[in-house]
Amino acid sequence: MAYSLVVNGQTHTVDVQAEMPLLWVLRDSLHMKGTKFGCGIGQCGACTVLLSGTPVRSCQTPISTVGAKDVATIESLSADGSHPLQRAWQELDVPQCGYCQAGQLMTASALLKRIANPTDAQIETAMNGNVCRCGTYLRIREAIHLAANGGRRA
Amino acid sequence: MKQTPKTAQLDRRSFLQVTALAGGGILIGMYVPALAQQPAGRGGAPAIPWSLAPNTYITVHPDNTFTIIAKNPETGQGIRAALPMIIADEFDIDWSQVKLQQADLDPKYGPQVEGGSRAIPVNYDPMRQIGAGGRLMMVTAAAQLWNVPASELTTGSGVVTHAASKRTATYASLSARVAAMPAPAAEAVKAAYKNPKNFKIIGKPIKGVDNLAIVTGKPSFSIDLEPQGTLFAIFDKCPVFGGKAVSANLAEVKRLPGVKHAFIVEPAGRGANSLASGVAIVAESWWQANNARRTLKVVWDEGPVATQSSVGYAAQAKTLSAQASSVPAAGGRGTAAIGDAEAAFRGAAKIVEAEYVFPLLSHAPLEPQNSMAHYTSDGKLEVWSCSQIPSLANPALGAGIEPDKVTMHLVRAGGGFGRRLNSDYDVEVGKLARVVTEERAAAGLPSVPVKLLWSREDDLAHDQYRPGGFHYFKAGLDASGKLIAFRDFVASTNSVVPANEFPRGFVANFVANSAPVTPFDIPTGAMRAPGTNGVSFVMQGFMDEVAVAAGKDPLQYRLDVLASPSGEAPAGFNAARAKGVLEAVRDMSDWNNRSKLPKGTGKGVAFQFAHAGYVAYVVEVAVGADKKIDITKAWAAIDVGSQIVNPSQSINLVQGAFIEAMSHMMAWQITIDKGRVVQRNFNNYQPTRMTQAPSTIEVKFLATDFEPTGLGEPALPPAIPAITNAIFAATGVRIRSVPLNADGYAWV
Repeated sequence: MAYSLVVNGQTHTVDVQAEMPLLWVLRDSLHMKGTKFGCGIGQCGACTVLLSGTPVRSCQTPISTVGAKDVATIESLSADGSHPLQRAWQELDVPQCGYCQAGQLMTASALLKRIANPTDAQIETAMNGNVCRCGTYLRIREAIHLAANGGRRA
Repeated sequence: MKQTPKTAQLDRRSFLQVTALAGGGILIGMYVPALAQQPAGRGGAPAIPWSLAPNTYITVHPDNTFTIIAKNPETGQGIRAALPMIIADEFDIDWSQVKLQQADLDPKYGPQVEGGSRAIPVNYDPMRQIGAGGRLMMVTAAAQLWNVPASELTTGSGVVTHAASKRTATYASLSARVAAMPAPAAEAVKAAYKNPKNFKIIGKPIKGVDNLAIVTGKPSFSIDLEPQGTLFAIFDKCPVFGGKAVSANLAEVKRLPGVKHAFIVEPAGRGANSLASGVAIVAESWWQANNARRTLKVVWDEGPVATQSSVGYAAQAKTLSAQASSVPAAGGRGTAAIGDAEAAFRGAAKIVEAEYVFPLLSHAPLEPQNSMAHYTSDGKLEVWSCSQIPSLANPALGAGIEPDKVTMHLVRAGGGFGRRLNSDYDVEVGKLARVVTEERAAAGLPSVPVKLLWSREDDLAHDQYRPGGFHYFKAGLDASGKLIAFRDFVASTNSVVPANEFPRGFVANFVANSAPVTPFDIPTGAMRAPGTNGVSFVMQGFMDEVAVAAGKDPLQYRLDVLASPSGEAPAGFNAARAKGVLEAVRDMSDWNNRSKLPKGTGKGVAFQFAHAGYVAYVVEVAVGADKKIDITKAWAAIDVGSQIVNPSQSINLVQGAFIEAMSHMMAWQITIDKGRVVQRNFNNYQPTRMTQAPSTIEVKFLATDFEPTGLGEPALPPAIPAITNAIFAATGVRIRSVPLNADGYAWV
């Protein structure tokens, strides 16, 4: 069945099954590989994208439920790494394997739109659905603070 | 690995190789024996073929920029930066002048392996040789050009300078001259090494080289590769280990949307890198292939392992524990029998006995196993692999071809932790790619790449698991509290027997013995710090009990034991270095003032010698009345020798190791029922999350006069007992079994 969806401001049409998750539409139909597959059951957060600005697990979002809502993926932050969160992630050398970081960044970007200068507790609560198997949580938390501070170290 | 006399001679004469590039510039490489002769690491690195073909590590471009080869697989440990950093520093160029290029798998590079924390110890000196050799040639060329003594020349930023005459020459401008020069001998190159205090890149916090690609979502990982026309595959294996596919409703599956191929795969080979029996489904998208599993019905021959269970293993371990006082033959392999422990127990003033248990674990890297291969009609196979031990033999086995028909590219992996030491997915993709190409050829269609991706459920169900351990301890103390006898009996499920662990060498009577639980047919393998990741919990936990029984400060008691050597210490163990990390962590953590902590809060300590490194942790834990655990702070003191190559990634690795240890301690457990894994996904195999991480994990590296050694593994094991010992300090409850959630504990 044909679906029209808006990803990072661009409209795409895909002909897929209604229950196909947004994650696989992004990865295999639109060939956008930034959004990652980790568990397939909404437990790890690697597949996090924003749907109308709200973080969702794209592996749990059938394409038929997306409708006209804006989809924002990691590719939307910036292609050159200039988004404040991307800059902070690089400045603090956050990644180890890096596989979870797209999902971490998308959840963090929604947090900073909601709360401009979050506390440690607000960060941890917002980010708790995003697993980092390598354990880079301390740097993720610091990087969110850094981005919230306009790139200035506290 | 054997070295033939021929290569040894070659190595002594000239090992560097320089080749002129058309249009200016040069390639600098080396013959590989300097790498290949390095000893294999603990855990049995496989014999890896190597060749005498010169490799290329440095390319000097005409614009005086430089491409450096990153030889090893990258799984998140930062090696893609670390090894080129060593070359660049000795070559004396700026990191900003460097472009990195990942090496393909090729014997000319020697071992290209991620495992055993061996990358730095194996490669540190050879990488220095390449960089220093290149710099020496540049200096020699400039000295000839200007007719001045080489001793008057300095280098920096890829430029040779003669200060007295104010002349400079870029490396690129010297390339033609260098290409015509004989390569220097190894001794001359070693004499040209930088004094480490003049390092400009080594020891500096260099950021991950793929960070920009990662934060912008550029295809960076094995799973992301998708050449034009790629088809996507799943491989459904029997949930019972060793089971075989007898038949399946393939015709029905092939009628599903997007499904192009469905076929039964017969098993081939033996051991960890064999081809399992199963059913492959290949479709236009991975979701279609995976979704077809809802329709797929396979008749399995489950085989004999279907009668085995974790409950059965535990019951048998209990029965075997009746043999705990049996003494192994002296000098036995994997056992220890020093002194007369039983006699010492009879004469002891105090006896401590305890049973400790830890479970099977799955590695669960966040990127599920995957591999991509393209089998072409000429019988050749091109593979893109994220293996930690990439090998042409694995996809060749699957495809039924000779390894020399295989080309392999190394792709960044989303975590390894030892899972990708096994390359079963590379074997599988070889088979699938060949079948797909042959079925397409029969239909008149061209060949296409096939991407195999496991589901998370596949990954948890088909691992080479970290073996569990059933340990039965007994210790004897004299009237002063001194440890006089120590015994560990292991009911073994391929378990590590701590025959060569502290306190061996520091107690007069030491016994480590084991008996096998049989049958036990669950595949086991290495996981991050394979020798000690479970054993450290039990040994350092039990040592803590011994210290308490002796009425001593647990940290000081360990120092006291280390101060009284007795007999043969564990191989490679240096008591002074163990003492060094314990004293450092004591001072960092304000250990001696821990009595001032509030009720319900405690500090625990543990140390471990692993993979040539020494690590001690102190952890502060608060435990609520409802068994809610809050790890508030952790301190790590680490001695991995004289030089930390990249402090940024090194601190990251240690903090990550601690957080992984929290998963082991609280929540991770693989159990077996009817020959299959019970845990299906992260919902019952929960990794540590951000709210659970401590506020700080302070890391201190002690620079000692020892060769630099690896860090990825030694940082993990002692974190677990440091936490459980802290729980004891906070509550008086001794933790003898992990994971803790099985006993009603939870994170706060």
